[in-house]
Amino acid sequence: MKLRFLSLFLVLICALSGAVAAQQGPLRIEITEGVIEPLPFAVPSFQPESAESGQLAGDISRVVSEDLTGTGLFREVPASAFISTVSDFNAPVQYADWKAINAQALITGAVNVQGNSVSVKFRLYDVFSGAELGDGLQFSGTTEGWRRMAHKVADAVYSRITGEGAYFDSRVAYVSETGPKDARQKRLAIMDYDGANVQYLTDSGSIVLAPRFSPSGDRVLYTSYESGFPRIYVLDIGSVQRRVLESAEGTMSFAPRFSPSGQTVVYSLTQGGNTDIYTMDIASGQSVRLTNTPSIETAPSFSPDGGRIVFESDRSGTQQLYIMSATGGEPTRISFGEGRYGTPVWSPRGDLVAFTKQNKGRFHIGVMRLDGSEERLLTASFLDEGPTWAPNGRVIMFARETQGAGGSSTLYSVDISGRNLRPVRTPEGGSDPSWSPLQK
Amino acid sequence: MNRFLTSGILIAALALGACTNPDRFGADGAGAGANAGAGANGVVPGSANDPTSAAYFQQSIGDRVLFEVDQSNLTAIGRATLDGQAQWLMTNSDYQAVIEGHADEQGTREYNLALGARRANAAQEYLISKGVPPGRLRVISFGKERPIEICSEESCYAKNRRAVTVLAGGLTS
Repeated sequence: MKLRFLSLFLVLICALSGAVAAQQGPLRIEITEGVIEPLPFAVPSFQPESAESGQLAGDISRVVSEDLTGTGLFREVPASAFISTVSDFNAPVQYADWKAINAQALITGAVNVQGNSVSVKFRLYDVFSGAELGDGLQFSGTTEGWRRMAHKVADAVYSRITGEGAYFDSRVAYVSETGPKDARQKRLAIMDYDGANVQYLTDSGSIVLAPRFSPSGDRVLYTSYESGFPRIYVLDIGSVQRRVLESAEGTMSFAPRFSPSGQTVVYSLTQGGNTDIYTMDIASGQSVRLTNTPSIETAPSFSPDGGRIVFESDRSGTQQLYIMSATGGEPTRISFGEGRYGTPVWSPRGDLVAFTKQNKGRFHIGVMRLDGSEERLLTASFLDEGPTWAPNGRVIMFARETQGAGGSSTLYSVDISGRNLRPVRTPEGGSDPSWSPLQK
Repeated sequence: MNRFLTSGILIAALALGACTNPDRFGADGAGAGANAGAGANGVVPGSANDPTSAAYFQQSIGDRVLFEVDQSNLTAIGRATLDGQAQWLMTNSDYQAVIEGHADEQGTREYNLALGARRANAAQEYLISKGVPPGRLRVISFGKERPIEICSEESCYAKNRRAVTVLAGGLTS
């Protein structure tokens, strides 16, 4: 019977890779719209274990459900369909009752609030094999951080069923936007991956662009015009203290990203109208020039092992993607499709590069292998740009700007199969998202 | 005490000077108060009628040059405008200028920052070649962050692909 659950999992994976397999030949490009049947699960409201636990028990089970359904891979069986209820976390599960409503996975939990602290336990059952999948787990924290505990439960469920890495317990730094296109106000913000718990890190007094998380998630790099000219700042998220990185008078620096060690920044520097790529040791401020051409070289991103850098250059006449050693040297061009390619970002797994593509007046978010093969466009719109990877390398977030005088920018996420395109709710408009690593 | 007063007046003048450039990123300084309080020669200092004013530079000389899609080469019209700017800057030598490069929204953010820098630099190099001392000019790029026209059509894009010479100083004369 265990096989049944396993086979569902396999169906899921095959459907995903089926979308990939539809691509043949390195230059063949199409927008994939793979369709799969989401796996039905039931999450009876978690059991409150103390008088004051009722509210959070309901909230936590709701967020667990939202995390799972938000992936497009799962579908919640509504409580109105339940035949039996779960009134005791430790009581045996009536598998037949869950089978009857075709809930293939059952998640039960219990929440115990004591003052400011809360602990959450959960169990995951494979209904059709009539067994628990993995061991029950317990997480503890503060009531203020209750959403993180819900995300941790959902992460465990997601990972056990899909075999993929977790990603719900993560944050996103982005630029919060208000106002029309000719007077847009921008400020740095940080939020949970699902748009909850937004916190503003700067005011809107000067233009801020493209925050980028450090590998440990404690700092962000970003570009600000607060000195009057674009310069790179490093901001400590905990203390909200920032400092500007070294830059010479008369230059502009922007497009920073951390190295995997967190000690080096790769960025673009413009001098005399020409833009090239440099690295800088954050502690010493010592910089090294990696490219030296009259063309535009920008949007650099490190490989996860720190050995290489993918970037964009218009040295061929149009924006294209290139990979070079992290110490510079002759780069290899990897993008050869029709149109222009920019903003490459190396996937956390190391196997793919996500990019923005501009072709025939449309913008796309896409992914390709490191040699440019298997290019896949995941989105299409008037203006999509700036992909960032979820920590597990399965989901991409980006910004979509709408057309015309009333246009605004909204964050979206999409699966790398091209499925499950959905807006990320933020209090204001959003652009330039940067997904954090999984929180510790 | 006297000295303190002077600097106070200077600050007021600077503040006023900022007002004569109503839309730093915009075109056509709207309503420069044509004849209000005209002096003996009919010219209000600092107004668009005063040939040494920033408003005059903006409206009569032309403070901006436009570019083709994804290009930073100066057009014939652009060079003619810059000839006028160079001549004016040489005459009014107490002004400094920042040349702001811009791009339309059809492009990625980082690339457009670099493209705006190319455009600002092209205008700067041309002005220098016509004799404007390099020390009086600075460049900055705003990429696609500050369009002046907000429709998503070529009529707007054409005006957004620009390098604008923004004057500073020149108030002591």
